[in-house]
Amino acid sequence: MDLKDLYRDVILDHNKRPRNFGRLDPPAHSAAGHNPLCGDKLTVYAIMDGDVICDLRFDGTGCAISVASASLMTEAIKGKTRAEAEHLYAAIHDLLTRADAPSPPELGKLAALGGVREFPARVKCASLCWHTLHAALQGAAAPVTTE
Amino acid sequence: MNRATLADPPLDVARLRADFPILAQTINGRPLVYLDNGASSQRPRAVIDAERRYAEEMHANVHRGVHTLSQRATDAFEAARERVRRFINARSIREVVFTRGTTESINLVANSFLRPRLKPGDEILISWLEHHANIVPWQMACEATGAVLKVAPINRQGELDLDAFQALLSDRTKLVATAHVSNALGTVMPVREIVTLAHARGVPVLLDGAQAVPHFALDMQALDCDFYAFSGHKLYGPDGIGVLYGRESLLEAMPPWQGGGDMILSVSFTGTTYNQLPFKFEAGTPHMSGAVGLAAAIDYVDGIGLGRIAAWERMLLDYASERLSAIDGLTVIGTAKDKASLVSFVLDGVHPHDIGTILDQQGVAIRTGHHCAMPAIEFFGVPATARASFAFYNTREEIDVLVDAVTAARDMFR
Ligand SMILES: Cc1ncc(COP(=O)(O)O)c(C=O)c1O
Repeated sequence: MDLKDLYRDVILDHNKRPRNFGRLDPPAHSAAGHNPLCGDKLTVYAIMDGDVICDLRFDGTGCAISVASASLMTEAIKGKTRAEAEHLYAAIHDLLTRADAPSPPELGKLAALGGVREFPARVKCASLCWHTLHAALQGAAAPVTTE
Repeated sequence: MNRATLADPPLDVARLRADFPILAQTINGRPLVYLDNGASSQRPRAVIDAERRYAEEMHANVHRGVHTLSQRATDAFEAARERVRRFINARSIREVVFTRGTTESINLVANSFLRPRLKPGDEILISWLEHHANIVPWQMACEATGAVLKVAPINRQGELDLDAFQALLSDRTKLVATAHVSNALGTVMPVREIVTLAHARGVPVLLDGAQAVPHFALDMQALDCDFYAFSGHKLYGPDGIGVLYGRESLLEAMPPWQGGGDMILSVSFTGTTYNQLPFKFEAGTPHMSGAVGLAAAIDYVDGIGLGRIAAWERMLLDYASERLSAIDGLTVIGTAKDKASLVSFVLDGVHPHDIGTILDQQGVAIRTGHHCAMPAIEFFGVPATARASFAFYNTREEIDVLVDAVTAARDMFR
């Protein structure tokens, strides 16, 4: 295990300067996610145009992995359809949990999260924003938790 | 840099460390530096051996059989109780109830002592720096009865505001429950003043001693509190065993909490006669090997001497506080004048969770998060802290490793 594999430059950069950070008012869809273990709290906001996620933002506090993951997610998802988002959600899940997971080209910069798999205690940090996005798109009312 | 000097208190730490098998290992290729003693401390071989000897030579159910092994198990279990009594200087073994740990001890008091006495509008007084184990059971009692939870404030150093505490005591206060030592901030609470102020108004006091027991000699009769709770696993003993000390007259008047075997004298379908103290509160087969292990841990700690342990830990605390505070961007959370040997801190631009992972790669184990004391941590305006908590087997060299690793974490995120 190498720390540089977890904290790749892309991760450090997105942690320091998170993209699409901020809130969106209704009628944006939103959902809150919480990792009670470490206190990470994120809210994801999405504006839909028909089936297309035309704007996506997040705010909250968290560790470098959860902030960078959310920032990367907003960049990757903006402009995608629901179905494309769900497809990426599944690909990210594999990337974070399966040792033999392929790293499909559509992951793009998200592939930087590949190092997280070697740090099992941190997988939840990286996946929190994705679960929260999923909930926002489903219009779920109850906050998402990792526990 | 201020490294180890000849002025260190006399504790042969190198020899003592050899008593702890778990410490002699590498983690991620580095020697383990275990600084999470506040969450759970490690066991010396004497404790491991006592538990094993119990299993190999004594085990049967306690208080139940006429056969030899059952008698041996009962003797070992009751000898452990007497050992605890002597350790905390309780008046009688009737005041020493074995539980699963601090949490269960507090829940026992909440359910058996408090709930039956609570009426709507009654109050329970705690402090802002409590562990969730000393908050939630009282909230549950309040929900069930319409009583109200009152919280005495702390200052920016993490010390109790005693004047505000006194002002919050009222005729409606039915119990005061505070930590002896804060697990999140390290604050040693002014427990003598708390007990005196509460008793002056006739209010009983429970002290959560989970973080105090490993560091100071205890004397229940001098302290004069009404209930005292602690866990074996923070005292170099086994997990799953703990103690509730209770003043005999109060325990005597309390109904049992759980029902079952061991806590009865006779059972019939028209009625049951409860056993005497302390068995009335020990329904079911207890954690016998745990009690035996706890007694061995107490023997071990007493063998070193809590006075010498405290002196060594004081040195570690001073050294760690000084070296950590000198790191640019690091803020210590909890700077009470009277502190136990732990340092909670935050680092500009680096989340505690990331500090925890980076330190782990250097073999350094610390705790990160809210330490089950969310109100105390949020009081300081942070979502989480990193916490290094020291035991007598820690060394200045280990603190040097900690400081270097924290510095590396800061540099990585620059
Ligand atoms: C101050 C304090 N109270 C209560 C507890 C709960 O102890 P246990 O989990 O052993 O029941 C702890 C342990 O973390 C603690 O530090």
